[in-house]
Amino acid sequence: MVRAPATDELADLVAEARAGDSHAFDDLVTATYADAFTLATRLMGNEEDASDVVQDAYLRAYRAIGRFRGDARFTTWLYRIVANCAATSLGRRGRHRHEQLDEALQLPDDHADHDPERKASDAHDRVRVQAALAGLPEKLRLVVVLRDVYDLPHEAIAAELGITETAAKVRLHRARKKLRARLFPIRGEIDENEATDEEVRGAG
Amino acid sequence: MRAEAVADLGHAGRRIDGITCAEVAELLPAAVDGGVERRRLDRRVSRHVEQCLRCQAELAGYRRLLRALHDLRTEVLLPPPGAVAGCLAALAGAGERRAGAALLSGHRGAYVGGLAVAATAAGAGAALVLATRKRRAG
Repeated sequence: MVRAPATDELADLVAEARAGDSHAFDDLVTATYADAFTLATRLMGNEEDASDVVQDAYLRAYRAIGRFRGDARFTTWLYRIVANCAATSLGRRGRHRHEQLDEALQLPDDHADHDPERKASDAHDRVRVQAALAGLPEKLRLVVVLRDVYDLPHEAIAAELGITETAAKVRLHRARKKLRARLFPIRGEIDENEATDEEVRGAG
Repeated sequence: MRAEAVADLGHAGRRIDGITCAEVAELLPAAVDGGVERRRLDRRVSRHVEQCLRCQAELAGYRRLLRALHDLRTEVLLPPPGAVAGCLAALAGAGERRAGAALLSGHRGAYVGGLAVAATAAGAGAALVLATRKRRAG
């Protein structure tokens, strides 16, 4: 799996930034911005809030770069800061906005022609998965994105979200169940999906 | 057994080898993690899944979900125009404050980038982001 912008180049920039070179940090920002923005968008469920979260994250990263020991990849370190900023931002945002987002959810509906044997294209799955993620309750979305998309360990997720590892695992379990029932329902699960939608709307 | 399984599709309370579909359903979300988690599916659960089309379909759904989530990782979203520049400008602003504090305390080497510097860097940044995306797309 090809991931993260050229790690060697980043390592040089990180070393220079840690030594106090602000231009090297700027270069780090430009090299990693799209990645951080992508994560923030997945976590926040929309692009509008993602830019604010990313900016907040880079400000924190800039202040903390001297403490980055280099024993993890810079991008992994940055992702954890983005996750922490997203959790903080969502915590501030409150109930009203949450409801608005859930009601704005438009999941492409292919229940009508659903066929378990059908080989849907990857692109089709991806669009539906993104919509379903955006429609999850925030607490569940943060955990499933960090674990199943970004491969962060439970321990790191719990630390950045300020929850216990057990809570992180419980949320992951619930998130997977909701997503699976919503995206790949088996026969007889349609009613359950509708109940899930109601639950999501009422979960503010 | 297979015929019975088909007839019972949707009956979450059905018991095979002493374990019900509802009980199996609670174990399946973790069963797709692989490694240790996969081995947690004990023999009883495995035998249930082998004989139960409903649970097979559910397990296949989880596997497909995990694949789809993992595939999202390869996609990079294009930030809105000006997002990188705005971020660099904010950093420069924060840096100037730090620089001021550093000068007062007699230290050098703090962040002294200005808005103009940030704007220039942002132009280069946009190109860099596009180049990164191209590399990944290939």
